[in-house]
Amino acid sequence: MAHYMLLVYQEEVDPAQQAEREREMPMFVELHRSLREAGLLVGVQRLHSTESATSVRVRGGDTEVTDGPFAVTKEVLAGYYILDCADLDEALKQAARVPAARWGTVEVRPIMPADEWLRVSRKAGADLPDEAVEDMA
Amino acid sequence: MSGGVHPADPLSDAVARAFRDERASVLATLIRQAGDFQLAEDAVQDAFEAAVTAWPRDGIPANPGAWITTAARRRAIDRLRRDRSLADRAERLAELTRLDAQDEEDQPMDDESSIVDDRLRLIFTCCHPALEMPARVALTLRTLGGLTTGEIARAFLVAEPTMGKRIVRAKRKIADAHIPYRVPADEELPDRLRGVLRVVYLIFNEGYAATKGDRLVRGELCDEAIRLGELLTQLMPDDAEVWGLLSLMLLHDARRAARVDSQGRYAALDAQDRSLWDRDRIADGLTTLERAVSLRRPGEYQLQAAITALQIQAPDAENTDWPEIAELYGALARLNPSPVVELNRAVAVGLADGPAAGLTLLEPLLGDPALERYQPLHAAHAELLRRIGDTGAAASAYERAIELTTNAVERAELERRLGALHAG
Repeated sequence: MAHYMLLVYQEEVDPAQQAEREREMPMFVELHRSLREAGLLVGVQRLHSTESATSVRVRGGDTEVTDGPFAVTKEVLAGYYILDCADLDEALKQAARVPAARWGTVEVRPIMPADEWLRVSRKAGADLPDEAVEDMA
Repeated sequence: MSGGVHPADPLSDAVARAFRDERASVLATLIRQAGDFQLAEDAVQDAFEAAVTAWPRDGIPANPGAWITTAARRRAIDRLRRDRSLADRAERLAELTRLDAQDEEDQPMDDESSIVDDRLRLIFTCCHPALEMPARVALTLRTLGGLTTGEIARAFLVAEPTMGKRIVRAKRKIADAHIPYRVPADEELPDRLRGVLRVVYLIFNEGYAATKGDRLVRGELCDEAIRLGELLTQLMPDDAEVWGLLSLMLLHDARRAARVDSQGRYAALDAQDRSLWDRDRIADGLTTLERAVSLRRPGEYQLQAAITALQIQAPDAENTDWPEIAELYGALARLNPSPVVELNRAVAVGLADGPAAGLTLLEPLLGDPALERYQPLHAAHAELLRRIGDTGAAASAYERAIELTTNAVERAELERRLGALHAG
């Protein structure tokens, strides 16, 4: 057995198109349930949009914090951390401790809690029961 | 404020005054209590709209601030009850309802110090380094300055929807990324405070030396920045740089009316009509500088204020203490080395020890590719070359400066100097 990470890429779209996507959420819930039943699912989480991203770099001993996602196309995803922090300040502080922040970028993206995912999708018209939250994360 | 408020009407005046004086404090406290920036802002907006109808009917309340606070809290409760999609809805509702019941029993809600803390929290959140600089500026003006989105958009010459999106996005990031609503811990405070002062000074500078357009001074931004500076001195009276920045802004602002002559042309310090200087503001600026100096921790704003004070107090450019100013720029360069400070030091040395000494200091800056497009460098270079008698080189330096300037008033002055060069 081996672990694999499935990275989901998509274009960020306008609110109307996003609402259309939200209405597809029952299909995600179905997928998550079947993956879990098959014993394949280790974890799944939805990220907030890149509008909420902050990039951290350490150069010459100084921590540089910038608004927005990482934008250097030569850099590729090399690993990930999931941290449980009180707030963004703590997450940024820990991000600066990652040795790769000295030569690369650590992008800090908040994870959308399952109940918020459920609320957002429902608000856009997705037909999801309360129990769906169990399969959203 | 927005909404059809008639300025001559005393009731509308009362609402407008409450808006000006109380809005930031009410908002700051409600953000903490409601735990949501957008919700609090909408509720405070609702409360002011309610005041516009209620006050003419019921009379102006004895304590307008308390009235607005209660009304805003109740509007927040209403909004939370209505909107099921808000996060942590139950907890927030419980907390606000508890506070409302407490208010009903007439218990003092918050002592003075927690209100002070709320406004500080708001400042540090609006100026958080995880927000892009234009968003920090806009959010600070919107929440603490009480400017409308339209006013901010006009001041920064961007379309109102663009500015609106910038502010909405910043508020969403605060909520989604959990940017904390608190005053930073002691070990982070100096760094974060420097960031806050930078935002305030940027607002001032945008008003004082508009980067675009044909109005050199946009007074409303200067006034807002000074108001924010004063607020910071109330909230953090033990910090020398907070006083230093306020002093610097006051001393610059005192000369606002003289920076542009009657024809709308830029007037350099030595060409300004000194009778137009605001003497009271200068006195304020000097007292504020004394307060900064008394804390015995020189910082970059304090040093800049001290330089400006020396320039203002001298009867004219010739009788200015340029050696002392050159020395202060030296201190500034040691504290915070930057090409801009080096340029100013070169100009001061040029006036203290002659243009040749100034040119020597300017030499390394002229070779710096990062400064190739920095207009003030070329303008200063031209001036030193003119004084040393190298007319040809001075002319091409002026031409370079003219090419780089984006401000119509500054361009006119540079063209005048270039013309005078050929004439003389």
